[in-house]
Amino acid sequence: MSEIKKIATRESYGNALLELGKNHSEVVVLDADLAGATKTSIFMKEFPERHIDCGIAECNMMGVAAGLATTGKVPFASTFAMFAAGRAFEQIRNSIGYPHLNVKIGATHAGISVGEDGATHQCNEDIALMRTIPGMVIISPSDDIEAKAAVKAAYEYEGPVYLRFGRLATPVINENENYKFEIGKGIVLREGKDVAIFATGLEVYEALVAAKKLAADGIEAKVINIHTIKPIDKDLIIETAKECGKVVTVEEHSVVGGLGSAVCDILSENYPTSVLKIGINDVYGESGPATELIKKYNLDSNGIYNSIKNSYFK
Amino acid sequence: MENKKLMEFANKIRKDILTAVYSAKSGHPGGSLSAADIFTYLYFEEMNIDPQNPKKADRDRFVLSKGHTTPGYYAALANRGFFPTEDIKTFRHVGSYLQGHPDMKHTPGVDMSSGSLGQGISAAVGMAISAKLSNEDYKVYTLLGDGEIQEGQVWEAAMLAGHRHLDNLIVIIDNNGLQIDGDIAKVNSPYPIDKKFEAFNFHVINVDGHDFDALRNAFNEAKAVEGKPVAIIEKTVKGKGVSFMENNAGWHGKAPSESEYLEAMAELEKEGAL
Repeated sequence: MSEIKKIATRESYGNALLELGKNHSEVVVLDADLAGATKTSIFMKEFPERHIDCGIAECNMMGVAAGLATTGKVPFASTFAMFAAGRAFEQIRNSIGYPHLNVKIGATHAGISVGEDGATHQCNEDIALMRTIPGMVIISPSDDIEAKAAVKAAYEYEGPVYLRFGRLATPVINENENYKFEIGKGIVLREGKDVAIFATGLEVYEALVAAKKLAADGIEAKVINIHTIKPIDKDLIIETAKECGKVVTVEEHSVVGGLGSAVCDILSENYPTSVLKIGINDVYGESGPATELIKKYNLDSNGIYNSIKNSYFK
Repeated sequence: MENKKLMEFANKIRKDILTAVYSAKSGHPGGSLSAADIFTYLYFEEMNIDPQNPKKADRDRFVLSKGHTTPGYYAALANRGFFPTEDIKTFRHVGSYLQGHPDMKHTPGVDMSSGSLGQGISAAVGMAISAKLSNEDYKVYTLLGDGEIQEGQVWEAAMLAGHRHLDNLIVIIDNNGLQIDGDIAKVNSPYPIDKKFEAFNFHVINVDGHDFDALRNAFNEAKAVEGKPVAIIEKTVKGKGVSFMENNAGWHGKAPSESEYLEAMAELEKEGAL
C-alpha cells in the first residue's frame, strides 16, 4: 500500500483545465486570489488572457462567471469549497442556478482534509447546500483519474456543475482500462452481499481498504463509488439495498445533507433499509495534519471498519 | 428620435407600469416610474437591439440589476416590440412569462435573470469582460438602484470593472433618493455616489434622469470614454409622473387601488396630451 501513487484532485483540476484550454478557446478560468492553491495557475501560465483573477471577492466572481456564460464562454469559477458553496451560495443559486447557466464551479479544499487551516476553511456543508439548487450537477471525484474525467464531462455537459476537489494528495485508484466516467452513474468497485458501502471522494479508497479488513472477518462488503451526488444513481442504490440489506454511506462531509442523506432520501421512499451514515457528525473540524484529522474523525479505513462492525456485525 | 417622440413613449411606458402593477395587485411602481425615462432612452434611442432577433450576437446587453422594477422594464420591452403589450396584464400571475423579477429563460429581450440586489452588475461585468476577450464591440448597460449600492457585491464588481478598464461597460445609478425604509441618506447613506465610483476608477457623469437632451449628452460622452468604465448617476424622482406617488417611499412596492389607478392613468393621459 505504501507504494501507491498519490495526487491531490485539485492538481488534477488544474491539469484538466490546461487540456481543455488547449482544445477549446471559449474555456475561461476565474479565481479569487487562490490560483496557486486551486491549481488554476497551471492554466494561467499557458493562457494568461483567459485567466481572470477576481481578487478576494467570490460573490462577484460567481456573477461574473454567469455573465460570461450568457455570451457563450464556458467559465470555470474556482475557489475553496467554503467560499464557493458557502459564501457565494446565493449568487450560485440566483445568478447561475435559476437561469441554468453553463458555469462550472471548481471547488477545492473541501472537507476536513484541508488540515491545518482548521474549521473556518473546512467545508463539510457544500454538498448539502448545492443539492438544494434545482438543476445543479454535483460531482465529487475519488482520485486523479476520475477528477480529470469529471472536468471533461462537466465541460461537455450544458448547464451548471459543482466539482468538489481535495487539497490532500490521495491514492490513485481508477488507473485501469475499464474505467469509464459517466455523470450520474455509480461505479461498483468491489462485489459483496453482506453490506453495501456507498462512498464518495477520498473516502472511496478508505472504504475499499475497510472492505478488505471486513473480508478478513468473513464479511463481504460491496463497495460503490458515487462520484455524482446529483443526479444520483437511484437505480443502483435501490438494487444494491435489495441485494445487501444493510447500507453504509461514507463521505468527508457532514452527515446532514450529503451523500448519506441523498441515499436515505432514495431508500426511504423506495425500499426502506437501515443506513449507517459515516461522515462529520454535525460538528466543526479543527486544525491538524489532514491524515490525523481523517483518523480522529473516524473517516480512515479503521474508523469505517469499526463503525460498520459496531453497527451491523456485533 | 426626437425628444417629443421619446416623451410619448415614456408616457406610454408609465401607463403600462401602472397597468402591470394594478393587474398584478403587487409590484414596484416607484422605482419603475423613476426609471421610465432611462428605460425609454435605452430601448428607443441608445442600444443596438433587434426585437425580431432578441439574441442576435452583436447586440448591446442590458442587465436590470435593480430587478424589482420589471414593470418599467417589461413596458419598455413590450412597446419596443419584444412581446405584445397586452401581456403586461399577466405580470406576476401564475404561469406568466412576466415574472416578478427578470427571467432570461422565458422573457424575450431579457439578457440576464436578476433581482437579488447587487448581483446584476457582476453579470454585466462578466459580459463586458467576454466582449473584451473576443474583441467584440457591443456595449453592456446595467441599471442599479441607489439603495442597491449598499450591497457590498456592487463594489466588488466596480473594483474589478475599474481594474480591468472595462470601457464597454456603462453603469447607470437611478438616484431617486428613497428606499423601502425611507430616505437613503438616513437609512445608510451611500453619498457621495460620484466620488465613490471615481475612486473605483470610473469615469463619472452626473445627469438629470428625466431630461432627454441631458441623457443624450451623457451617453455620447460615456461612449467616447476610453480605458475606464462609466458610471452615469441620474438624479431622478421616485414615482415620477404620478403626483401622489412622487417622492413617497410608500409607493416603492405597493399596487394602487382601483380609484388610485384611474386617477394616476387620468393624470398620465392629461400629461401625454400636452
